[in-house]
Amino acid sequence: MMSVLAIDPVPWARSQMAFTLGFHIILVPLGVSWAAMVLIANYRAIKKDDNDALVLAQRWSKFMAVTFAVGAVTGTVLTFEFGLLWPRFMGKWGEAFGVPFAVEGLFFFTEAIFVAIYIYGWKRLKPWPHFWTGVPIVIAGIGGSISVVAANAWMNEPSGFTLNSAGKVVEVNALDVIFNKAMPYEAAHMVVAAYLVGGFLIASVYAMGMLRGRNDRYHRLGFIIPFTVAALATPVQMAVGDTLARWVYQNEPIKFAAIEMVPKTKSDVPETLLGHLNSDGTVSGGIPIPGMASILSDPKTGTSTVVEGRNAFPTSDQPTIAQVNTVHLAWDVMIGLGTLLFLLSVWFGLSWLFRRDLPKTRWFLRIAAAAGILSVVTMEAGWVVTEVGRQPWIVFEQMRVEDGATTNTGVWITFLVIVAVYVVVGVTTILVLRGMGRRWREAGELDETEVPYGPRGSVERPGAPDEVPVG
Amino acid sequence: MNQSDAVAVVLFFGVTAYALFGGADFGAGFWDLIAGGAERGERPRAMVDHSIGPVWEANHVWLIFCLVVLWTAFAEAFASITLTLFVPLTLAALGIVARGSSFAFRKAVFRTRDRRNFGAAFAFSSVLVPYCMGAVAGAIASGRVPAGGKAGDPWESWINPTSILGGVLAVTVCAYLSAVYLVWDSRRLDDAEMAEYFRRRAVVAGAVAGIVAFVGIFVLRSDARYIFDGLTSRALPLVIVSALCGMGSLFLLVRGASRGARLLSIGAVATVVIGWGVAQWPYVLPESLKVSQAAAPSGTLTAVLVVFVLAAVIILPSLGLLYVLDQKSLLPGEGVESTSTGN
Ligand code: HDD
Ligand code: HEM
Ligand code: HEM
Repeated sequence: MMSVLAIDPVPWARSQMAFTLGFHIILVPLGVSWAAMVLIANYRAIKKDDNDALVLAQRWSKFMAVTFAVGAVTGTVLTFEFGLLWPRFMGKWGEAFGVPFAVEGLFFFTEAIFVAIYIYGWKRLKPWPHFWTGVPIVIAGIGGSISVVAANAWMNEPSGFTLNSAGKVVEVNALDVIFNKAMPYEAAHMVVAAYLVGGFLIASVYAMGMLRGRNDRYHRLGFIIPFTVAALATPVQMAVGDTLARWVYQNEPIKFAAIEMVPKTKSDVPETLLGHLNSDGTVSGGIPIPGMASILSDPKTGTSTVVEGRNAFPTSDQPTIAQVNTVHLAWDVMIGLGTLLFLLSVWFGLSWLFRRDLPKTRWFLRIAAAAGILSVVTMEAGWVVTEVGRQPWIVFEQMRVEDGATTNTGVWITFLVIVAVYVVVGVTTILVLRGMGRRWREAGELDETEVPYGPRGSVERPGAPDEVPVG
Repeated sequence: MNQSDAVAVVLFFGVTAYALFGGADFGAGFWDLIAGGAERGERPRAMVDHSIGPVWEANHVWLIFCLVVLWTAFAEAFASITLTLFVPLTLAALGIVARGSSFAFRKAVFRTRDRRNFGAAFAFSSVLVPYCMGAVAGAIASGRVPAGGKAGDPWESWINPTSILGGVLAVTVCAYLSAVYLVWDSRRLDDAEMAEYFRRRAVVAGAVAGIVAFVGIFVLRSDARYIFDGLTSRALPLVIVSALCGMGSLFLLVRGASRGARLLSIGAVATVVIGWGVAQWPYVLPESLKVSQAAAPSGTLTAVLVVFVLAAVIILPSLGLLYVLDQKSLLPGEGVESTSTGN
């Protein structure tokens, strides 16, 4: 780029990567789990001749067409960015890091193909074959996220390669790259997150509609299907997260020291809620729960569990103080909101168990309406823990971020342009989805000629006016 | 054939598929762009929507496939290319965002003003992206990307005769391919008027693409000698086949036959792309980096080949299913309320 504009690209490249990933990851849960929920509704529609479920399935699949497209293009940008922002990282490690992405290509293809067949096939395919064309989407969504996360896990736990004396990758064991040590934990945590976030996001829209007085069966169903999926995922996610945290304690002690804000190696480490680390290594503010971090790290040894502190590692190999504070805050957010979502799910579960109904109070709906956005925040926070907690490494203990970055000094420009474009795309996506919902609400009934599954369609056209409130 | 050669073939298979399928989708955007005002352009635009709606996302994945194979199997070349061609690749990425999202949005909105805005974004970016991709190909072909994960000239590398040729050729070829496909789709939907509309445009685009390609020979002779020599020796049979297919398809189009024209146009374009690969052989980056030098360790190459075999077993039949259903008009629209309810 022109020398007048020569500005250090590294912080801009980091910001751009973080921003575009943070954007893409919002669409991912929808891409992964929405299809499953559509199929639940679709199954119900065919099995029980349930028209509300049928209308839901169709409308969801139309919304999905939009979110899937935005997910696909933002994902493509990420693919370009590996080269545009991190060419030296890719030049050296692409041979190993790239392998899980090659596998992912299979899943992307499958997903894109069957999403098209399913979404466009409502009118002319027969009910059951049409239903089955949706199943590969679900499998590909799970497989796709496992593969990408395998690549991310490899950055945390690089394995499956041999370097020569010049530091060049000379041998690769593809299976060891994919099945690196961190992969099973991270992948499980992300797949469950996708179902949890997707479920709460969709349910929150119907919770909002119910708060506005749209209390018909259609809305209740639109709420209950995704909310149940999310509520079932929540306790699983707590268990998986707990296992993952213990795994990090054992295998990535530097990250763990940042998560728990531990300056010095010791036992009986408190779990500090909020608070921050000062440059002199002291912790101020926050609410310490005595011994809790030690107990959680290894319940068997309890408070006597020793947690390695930052002083156990060379300063140049640690996240900076500011990064530690970011990681710790993100950690608190993930745990705090995760717990809240768990309690919400328990509330729902108990009410369903004893009364076969949603909790009566409007407060339940209010919190459920917020749960969509809160779950997205939870997931973003988890990623910040992972990514910032790995600093200063792009590949843990193998390559530093600044050694992987591009030398193009114009990255600050592309960052600004990308942010502007994404803001427009993000706002427009929401407006378009809302517009679709409003239009259906106003149109009321379906056009009589538009019976699904062709002229033989076994399902009646809707009787009640149906509405989809979006936003 | 050793492993690295095999992976290079796989990569070029992907490039060709992207040109034939993704390229046509871009070309459809070109016709959308010049279809005229909201009223006059309504029917061609509806045909474009209808034609690429179900397939563009699947076709788009070929691009991901190419990038992934490139960075996994030829990481050093990938680093050099992205360092040098930062500007056109960034433009292409932005264009892809604008194009994909506005295409999806346009189908989902009904106000004429909204449709027009999204349509414009879709159409402009449909021309921008193939131009950038063609310019990138020209930069690589003319040896302007240095080996060793180093950056070449950030501007001259893609603003030069071969890159301009590549960009213009890409845009015209995409337009040509898609017009031919659209003739076919219009006939399938019994829309004789649209079939005629696109037939005329296919003839013009095909003729223009032919002229650009012909002029291109002289550009390459002075600006990209290695490729020129390859095209006039090793790859000459492909060049000849391409020219024959191109002329044949034009001939059939002029006479109004469509089925053969579609096949011949595919042949014409595929042979050009493959011809580029053959002419460039054995280099990934002509005259500085050979395929064999750039290739990843054998464990990686094996993984790529295994994935490719899996793709052939799983993906190709699925793609086939998608195209067959589409061609049999079994994928008419999203949901049951189709967009045919008007503006
Ligand atoms: C909505 C989702 C959600 C919820 C409720 C939780 N998490 Fe989480 N967490 C994620 C979503 C997430 C994530 C975004 O999906 C991350 C980022 C990378 C990954 O693999 O999962 C993550 C990362 C992540 C990491 C960092 C892993 C690493 O860097 O290798 C740890 C230690 C935990 N989580 C632990 C927990 C615990 C103990 C939780 C429960 C109380 C919890 N998470 C709830
Ligand atoms: C740096 C990382 C990433 C890259 C390079 C990337 C790349 C891509 C690409 C190219 C697509 C479009 C595929 C298509 O055309 O259909 C995509 C979509 C998708 N990505 Fe990502 N992605 C990344 C991060 C993630 C993460 C972290 C996840 C999940 C855990 C994920 C899951 C998905 C899924 C499920 C889709 C398909 C559904 C949708 O489009 O919404 N991706 N991604
Ligand atoms: C498969 C998934 C992912 C891959 C392969 C990946 C890869 C990368 C790479 C290559 C970098 C630049 C180098 C570095 O700073 O370490 C980075 C940075 C970053 N990513 Fe990720 N990422 C993934 C998922 C995510 C997600 C979903 C988020 C969401 C918020 C995220 C947030 C960040 C942040 C905040 C940074 C900047 C860290 C810093 O420099 O302090 N990442 N990631």
